Amino acid sequence: MLDEGPMIWTSDVLIVLATIGIIAVLSYFKLWKWLWDNWLTTVDHKKIGIMYLIAAILMLFRGGVDGLLMRAQLSWPGLHILNADHYDQIFTTHGTIMILFMAMPALIGFFNVAVPLQIGCRDVAFPYLNAISFWLFFVAAMLFNLSFVVGGSPDGGWTSYTPYVETMFDPGPGENYFLVALQITGIGTIATGVNFLLTILRMRAPGMTLMRMPMFTWSVFITSVIIVFAFPVLTVALALLLIDRDFGAHFFTVTAGGMPMQYVNLFWIWGHPEVYIVILPAFGIFSEVFSTFARKRLFGYSAMVVSMVSIAILSFVVWVHHFFTMGAGPGVNSFFGVSTMAIAVPTGVKLFNWLFTMHKGRIEYTSAMLWAVGFIPNFLIGGLTGVMLAVPPADYQYHNSYFLVAHFHYVLIAGTVFGVFAALYYWWPKMFGVLLNERLGRWHFWTFMIGFNICFFPMFFLGFMGMTRRVYTYQAGYGWGVINLIETFGALLMGVGFLFFVYNILWSARFGERDTTGDPWDARTLEWATTSPAPHYNFARIPEVKGRDAWWLMKKNGETINGPKGVPFEPIHMPNDSGRPIIMSVFFFIAGAGFVFEWWILAIIGLAGVLVTMALRSFEYDDHHYIPVEEIEKTEAAAGRL
Amino acid sequence: MSDAHTAVHGGHHPVDPSVPVEYHHEENSLRIAGFWVFLGSDLVLFSCLFATYVVMHGRTAGGPTSNQLFDVTGFTIETIALLFSSFTCGLATYEMRRGNRNAMVMWLLITIALGLVFIGFEVTEFVQDASSGARMQTSGFLSAFYTLVGTHGCHVSMGILWMTGLVFQLLRRGITPITARKVFIVSIYWHFLDAVWIFIFTVVYLTGKVL
Repeated sequence: MLDEGPMIWTSDVLIVLATIGIIAVLSYFKLWKWLWDNWLTTVDHKKIGIMYLIAAILMLFRGGVDGLLMRAQLSWPGLHILNADHYDQIFTTHGTIMILFMAMPALIGFFNVAVPLQIGCRDVAFPYLNAISFWLFFVAAMLFNLSFVVGGSPDGGWTSYTPYVETMFDPGPGENYFLVALQITGIGTIATGVNFLLTILRMRAPGMTLMRMPMFTWSVFITSVIIVFAFPVLTVALALLLIDRDFGAHFFTVTAGGMPMQYVNLFWIWGHPEVYIVILPAFGIFSEVFSTFARKRLFGYSAMVVSMVSIAILSFVVWVHHFFTMGAGPGVNSFFGVSTMAIAVPTGVKLFNWLFTMHKGRIEYTSAMLWAVGFIPNFLIGGLTGVMLAVPPADYQYHNSYFLVAHFHYVLIAGTVFGVFAALYYWWPKMFGVLLNERLGRWHFWTFMIGFNICFFPMFFLGFMGMTRRVYTYQAGYGWGVINLIETFGALLMGVGFLFFVYNILWSARFGERDTTGDPWDARTLEWATTSPAPHYNFARIPEVKGRDAWWLMKKNGETINGPKGVPFEPIHMPNDSGRPIIMSVFFFIAGAGFVFEWWILAIIGLAGVLVTMALRSFEYDDHHYIPVEEIEKTEAAAGRL
Repeated sequence: MSDAHTAVHGGHHPVDPSVPVEYHHEENSLRIAGFWVFLGSDLVLFSCLFATYVVMHGRTAGGPTSNQLFDVTGFTIETIALLFSSFTCGLATYEMRRGNRNAMVMWLLITIALGLVFIGFEVTEFVQDASSGARMQTSGFLSAFYTLVGTHGCHVSMGILWMTGLVFQLLRRGITPITARKVFIVSIYWHFLDAVWIFIFTVVYLTGKVL
């Protein structure tokens, strides 16, 4: 540890100080019990959603700092702000964190916040499992972040291609951190997929047929199906590589019969559907935002559903386009080129449906709507360059160049990140009972959106000029310097946009407009029918759904969510809170650390702890309670709904 | 709403008393359906391990081949024990539906015993192979072999632990909709592992003896 240099020492000191600070504040204000009772042990999907979002925003900060460090290093030829090792580690953690510890948890956060409310039910199918999913993600994220200061971060890129990441070429625990952290969060994600699949299939309010579900719920349903089928492939790829590294097996080595291409195939059989796991929910969010703020029902509902299903199916048959240049031959490359281009068709259908939704609408440019409108042209650039990359002969030119880097940032930032911001502005009142400031929201949008284009659009040209991804530094003679400098300023502007967002959160918490109606946007779907924030049982009475845009219909017919007066409430059955999910996840963390450092005593203690917590759960029968009618009446009366 | 489990959080689906005991509450039916979906993802996991094994089968790197390694007696006994345990597990479910707790517990214990026989033979096979030099580190083929068959073996071991825990719960609580649901789910899991073994038997052992 002593020879790691000032960057790591500073980080060590900062981590220790931050930890002491957090512990001191919590102890001084006597908040430990409050934290444990209200948050750490909760199985309430809305609180779990909020915890996902807090963690995801922190990870956005971490991944964003990684990005800024990379942009600083590349801003001028011949710079040595970072050394080459650190640069490798930083681009690896940037990619991994942004995809798996930022984009996915942010979206899963919104699954939790919105889906049960949108389908008119009181909880997810398996609330206890839901808490386990969150805590597995959380401890995995902590383990992954720890790598920077303990033993070194992974440095093989977010794809971790073999044989480069085998022990022979990449010794030390860094790569193990990648494998173990992703494995742990992946287990949680599979559980989330199962959970939301069943929630949407089996927990819908009466009358909420599949074709009446809000589009976001549809997108979550399809995403859950993709998760259930794609994530086990990642589980296998990571496990095999870990077995290679920890136990000296030969799956992907270049010796003793190993086959590196098998890893690449497995990785992308998961990796390509993963792209749609992080984009389809964003599409769902945009659908909600467009129809709400254009004051029109979503155009082409059935076509939207069919498009998403086709995208989901196609997502599993395009993975080879990630390695056209690895010599699979023209037949294979053609097939995967054509299947890739085919995805543009359903995606195009969706884009046109959003445009037609806005057509002749009474559009209200709220912050959420700005992100949604801004998404269309920016995502289009990402999509069209994707079709360019899908042409195998052309791909031989673009492959691993900055053209590719520009393409996937246009897709993922304009798609997922804009979607997450739109959703944050849209659902913030539902989560916290307070609206984010619109003026600061506009500052946030414009600085971030303009910064994003300044940062990433020139990368298309840098790619054509021959700059390849993951270069650490470059010489002056190539003529890349000025363009890179401009991009760095764009990245800084995006950072400023993020600061506006953080300031907005703080400002709104103090001075923001309270949402007393529960429906600040005059929106269309059921989550707006209940109070903001929703009571922990969501709905005092389960709503009766009579059509698409259920809440809009109810408002038009003058109905209220609690139905006719005088009908008594019934006690509501709810699951008990439990400390076991977080304890179990801590054991996962301990086992994970054991696998990272190949310290088997620790691994066995951790795994034994996991088994014991599972067994204890199996023997637990008293895991639910009823909310008495008086309490429901009191809560509803306080919200003015009696 | 007198019964504690009539309603899932939100419960608006009616309960049909004519269905088997493990489905008696909406919550139970939900959990069973959830477990089927989980098995779907577990199936994907095994598919990937099978694919990797098939790719690796000929990559022996000068080490032992599958033909030299596999012992017909051993894997035949394993197969018989496991297939038979699926049958006894089915008998346990049958007795559960008839409400005979003691017979049910007995068949579960026999299932566990057969599972232990299976694991015993598998561990013996692994130990013998490894001590004769056919270790996971020897070749890509052996890495894939131990991982695929070992993953199945881990699943079976988990099933044994799980079923043992449920036997205690049955002895303490008898056949209730909750214990019935738990036993039904572990039985789906057990039959699933049996189905996976049929593929291992065919793809790994039988094919390995002739190719």
